[in-house]
Amino acid sequence: MKPAISIPTPFGPWRLSPVPLLVPALMVVALVLVGSPSTWVTLTLAGLAMGMMIFIMASGLTLVFGLMDVLNFGHGAFISLGAFIGVTIMTALSPWMDSLSLAANLGAIGLGALVAMVVAGGFGYLFERTIIRPVYGDHLKQILITMGGMIVVEQVIYVFWGPDAIPIPRPDSLKGAFAFGDVVLEKYRVLAVVVGLVIFAAMSLTLKRTKIGLLVRAGVENGEMVETLGYRIGALFIAVFVVGSALAGLGGVMWGLYQEVITAPMGMSVMILIFIVVIIGGLGSVEGCFLGALLVGLMNNYAAYLAPKVALGSSILLMVAILMWRPEGLLPAAKGR
Amino acid sequence: MSRTATETSPRTGHQTASHTTNGRPPLLRLSGVHTHIAQYHILQGVDLEIPEGGLTMLLGRNGAGKTTTMRTIMGLWKVSAGEITFAGDRLNGLKTPDIARKSIAHVPETMGIFGGLTVRENMVLAARTGPMDEDRLRWILDLFPSLEKFWNAPAGALSGGQKQMLAIARAVIEPARLLLIDEPTKGLAPAIVGALTEAIRQLKGFGATILMVEQNFAMAKAVGDTVAVMDSGRIVHAGSMADLAEDTALQEGLLGFSMEMHQ
Ligand SMILES: Nc1ncnc2c1ncn2[C@@H]1O[C@H](COP(=O)(O)OP(=O)(O)OP(=O)(O)O)[C@@H](O)[C@H]1O
Ligand SMILES: [Mg+2]
Repeated sequence: MKPAISIPTPFGPWRLSPVPLLVPALMVVALVLVGSPSTWVTLTLAGLAMGMMIFIMASGLTLVFGLMDVLNFGHGAFISLGAFIGVTIMTALSPWMDSLSLAANLGAIGLGALVAMVVAGGFGYLFERTIIRPVYGDHLKQILITMGGMIVVEQVIYVFWGPDAIPIPRPDSLKGAFAFGDVVLEKYRVLAVVVGLVIFAAMSLTLKRTKIGLLVRAGVENGEMVETLGYRIGALFIAVFVVGSALAGLGGVMWGLYQEVITAPMGMSVMILIFIVVIIGGLGSVEGCFLGALLVGLMNNYAAYLAPKVALGSSILLMVAILMWRPEGLLPAAKGR
Repeated sequence: MSRTATETSPRTGHQTASHTTNGRPPLLRLSGVHTHIAQYHILQGVDLEIPEGGLTMLLGRNGAGKTTTMRTIMGLWKVSAGEITFAGDRLNGLKTPDIARKSIAHVPETMGIFGGLTVRENMVLAARTGPMDEDRLRWILDLFPSLEKFWNAPAGALSGGQKQMLAIARAVIEPARLLLIDEPTKGLAPAIVGALTEAIRQLKGFGATILMVEQNFAMAKAVGDTVAVMDSGRIVHAGSMADLAEDTALQEGLLGFSMEMHQ
């Protein structure tokens, strides 16, 4: 039997939410300010690519906060670790990296990213069990101990990989750009956008269409009720933490290839942008995180072109403006109780 | 003044509902259960027996400890002393999901609706062991037609009464041996109270064992078989609902009779 559903939910403020329109709105404003369409296309692509990478790094963090109320300031450790593991694998596969074949290049990067995700995920498991587990329910201790954990990881990276920044040139097939007239699309950025979209789609589908996804969303709202229904939320949380750590590792590899250099503190430095994205997206909300990441990415690139002097502060200005409009963030996850 | 009456009532004191179990062991038994919330000593030795197959009403003034009793049974508060057994198994020390898996369903006072999920998704989660049973779902949707109407709407957009219906629907989509329902009529219009009363009646017809907190004395009278009255963290009266319904002096003593006023 299927309940006959005639009404397609005409109500609920989120149905008519203007929030997703912010991204195209920002693009249009930028087009007016930038003037030149070809420059605008380049900046927009760069902004979207940057936003996608930040989203990949930030999505796990927002879910971990929403689900278990844990502030993990050590999230950057997974980013750095992922980048170093990925680069190590790619270096080992240098014949593939140096090959002129796109397939070989992507194979090396794909394998590097995969191993980075597995290691970062496994490390995330240990991090949760040993460092975060004892400090559930205490935000101050969480901040202190997870930052401490991140510093330790940084030092461990120095021990294994040395103190110097490691250059990581992109393979030939990902250098350069596609040109259409005077519109230039940098190849790596196109790849980053595609990967980001695939991950966002996979996460959205999982959260909307699978029972595990429903449990995660329900747990973000009211974990106690999820347990009352007979589900062991602890196992769910570890799973989300591991997936979030693995995604941070993937993001680290992509961010490293984007910057073409990796350093042990890279995770910590990108954490500032990640926190801004998580806050303006609305804690616990993957969709909000996605929108926030795109806004921050675009804003950074437009500002860098239009007003290089204030570019650094543009994300913070954006955060202030959005929080004044919506103190809970763009698309806050409904919090129960 | 009613407080004094409670304390001097001849039927109050340390008394459990054992006479209502007709010799069969009770499904749920609390003996000498104490619960602390932070530094507060809330439950101070609760003795309660729930016979299998009937509806036990848990009554008492605001703040008497009814909700705390239910949350303690579900493992949402820790038992600091005493014992809870369900069908012969000890519940204290178990985690909430494991208690739920013993086949105890709970409709909390706050309802616990997942507002960002649709009505359907709330129900899908409530059916923990597999897909929803179609006949059971049909029965639920016939009881609560508005759930069918808003099946794919976000549950957060439902009215208070509809949310309460969803909370009950979630608790009964899978058959549970024991149903804990905390104030289902809180804040509801009389018309909806009627529908809920009917739903509870039908549930009883299916042989469910229910422990229900209710401030609406009319409803309590209509569906209750046995009754336990709490005050200050203890059970101060246990007996049959019919006896209490007839004995207005006893009601006055135990409940202060403000009940019908402040529903
Ligand atoms: N989270 C809490 N922290 C501190 N005290 C609490 C908490 N929850 C309940 N209490 C206290 O425990 C006592 C019993 O509360 P409880 O909610 O069990 O009462 P109740 O009988 O369900 O009342 P009501 O009819 O108002 O729902 C009250 O004095 C209340 O103030
Ligand atoms: Mg209560």
